[in-house]
Amino acid sequence: MHMSDALVSPSIAASMWVATAGASALSARALRRRPDDRRVPLMGVLGAFVFAAQLVNFAIPGTGSSGHLCGGVLLAILLGPSAALLVMASVLTVQALFFADGGLLALGCNIFNLGVLACFVAYPFVFAPIAGARPSRARLAVATVLASVVALQLGSLAIVVETLLSRRASISLGTFLLLMQPIHLAIGVIEGLITTFLVLFIRDARPELAPGSREAVISKPWARRVGTGALIATVVVAGALSWFASSAPDGLEWSLARASVGVPAEGEPEVPRGILARIGEATGLPPSEESGNRGRPADTAGRAWPQVDPLVSFSGLAGAGLTLALGGLLAAGLRAVRRSTRPASPP
Amino acid sequence: MTRADGITAALSHLGRFDELAGANTPIARVDPRAKLVTTAAFLVTVASYGRLEVIALLPLGAYPLVFLVLGNVPLGPIAWRMALVSPFAVLVGAFEPVLDRQPLGSLGPLVVTAGGASFASILLRFALSVSAALLLVATTGLDAAAAALAWFRVPRVLVVQLLFLYRYLFVLSEEVARSLRAHALRSPHHPSPRIRVAGSMLGQVLLRTLERAQRIHVAMSCRGFDGEVRLRRPLQARPSDIAFVACWCAYFVLCRVSNLPRLLGTAVFGVAG
Repeated sequence: MHMSDALVSPSIAASMWVATAGASALSARALRRRPDDRRVPLMGVLGAFVFAAQLVNFAIPGTGSSGHLCGGVLLAILLGPSAALLVMASVLTVQALFFADGGLLALGCNIFNLGVLACFVAYPFVFAPIAGARPSRARLAVATVLASVVALQLGSLAIVVETLLSRRASISLGTFLLLMQPIHLAIGVIEGLITTFLVLFIRDARPELAPGSREAVISKPWARRVGTGALIATVVVAGALSWFASSAPDGLEWSLARASVGVPAEGEPEVPRGILARIGEATGLPPSEESGNRGRPADTAGRAWPQVDPLVSFSGLAGAGLTLALGGLLAAGLRAVRRSTRPASPP
Repeated sequence: MTRADGITAALSHLGRFDELAGANTPIARVDPRAKLVTTAAFLVTVASYGRLEVIALLPLGAYPLVFLVLGNVPLGPIAWRMALVSPFAVLVGAFEPVLDRQPLGSLGPLVVTAGGASFASILLRFALSVSAALLLVATTGLDAAAAALAWFRVPRVLVVQLLFLYRYLFVLSEEVARSLRAHALRSPHHPSPRIRVAGSMLGQVLLRTLERAQRIHVAMSCRGFDGEVRLRRPLQARPSDIAFVACWCAYFVLCRVSNLPRLLGTAVFGVAG
């Protein structure tokens, strides 16, 4: 499942972009250190394969529902974690651009949730220790299923945390976790099973490419270092940025809300709020009157409801209508301009 | 329609985007770097609004609107994509009216709650950011976008990966569609393959994929490939491109610091909010 642009705040999106860009740069550097000119076409075509494989919905026995492959763990097994991350990044970028899955702002979150966590946490910490150097079929199957389950559990947990820290939705932590984790447990098991079938199939047909062969082994200790590094970096960056964003109460948002027309500038002092306070709010622990406030101190939100509202005031509504009408006029005008200039441009 | 037909339809849709990007329109002529920067600024602006803003977000619709009209992009494929996309935002947003019943005011007989405004805001943000991303690629094309990414110092291996993926996307998706069609013809009572069948079916495709990668590598080596992919696409920024970025960014700031629809309403109808 993809994190969406509509639910992410700029500070969270920026933190996740920084973490993802860091992990991608490290992976790119690792690949440059071990040049292999067969890898360029292999990565490209495997990316296209994962993309195409996601189009296959297979029936899940006994449930009547269907699932599809995500591919992070499969790519890490076949290519090693650093190449796999870059392939996942490219797949998710194309999905965001052409299929509007997720979005460009949330792309950092999505590459982290589905790529970094699968390639640099689930693969080196779960798959590699269980599978070992020369895994039997059963060991390989167990390792693959467990790695997929862990990857998807971490991924959906990351979505929950990112959504709550962004504070664009008022759903509470408990409800959200209950909604997300069990369904992703099921998805993870299915992902694990289909990945296992694929890995075993490849092992029988092309033993030289299966785990236990060249690249997967070379990259293991290295991947573990990067995985640890990526996790630490994320925590530090996210923590620092949230602190920065909240020490000036919700930074940009708050100051702009004050500057904007129609919102009276109130004289409250700025209350510095740490990350714990924000998590507390996001989880719905404080009273629910908080939910209406847009980064302003809580006490103003409760009594200020008539003035906060942009929807009710007549001029607001009438203005909205006028804006839409202007939009229509703009479109019609531009279209007319286009039509009059069209003969000049080649068909 | 079988699943295979669905994939073929999705592919022809994807191919449409390429044709659109090749058209010679005022928006297609803008430097890809300028469009990338402006779109990023647009997305950040949209995301920076508070969770209850609905009306103040409306003027930002001008950005996708201008791309749509000046880029000569048909509304159909964009609207179709937006209707189909991942239901995540809508799902989370749908909880809002239930969770947050604090009244904000009334709209005639209708009481507007904070949750309702929040849901409307999530849907509007979703429409704005999704349409901006789709229109960016429909008026730029992936090749030009990749050249812009390389200019912004995105690691070369990632840019090349993106181009390779896009090149073989069509080939492999068609291969998967053929496998699915073959499956559908042989087992008409099971529209989607069971997991074990899907495993070996995808396994076959994966094997062919790996063989294809080998053939491509051999072909590339024959043409003098030495491990480094060279991208040659000269990018030239004109003064109009700089003006494009500057004007849009100024407009986004204006939208963000002032509630334009409210100002407009006050100015025209003379009623203070």
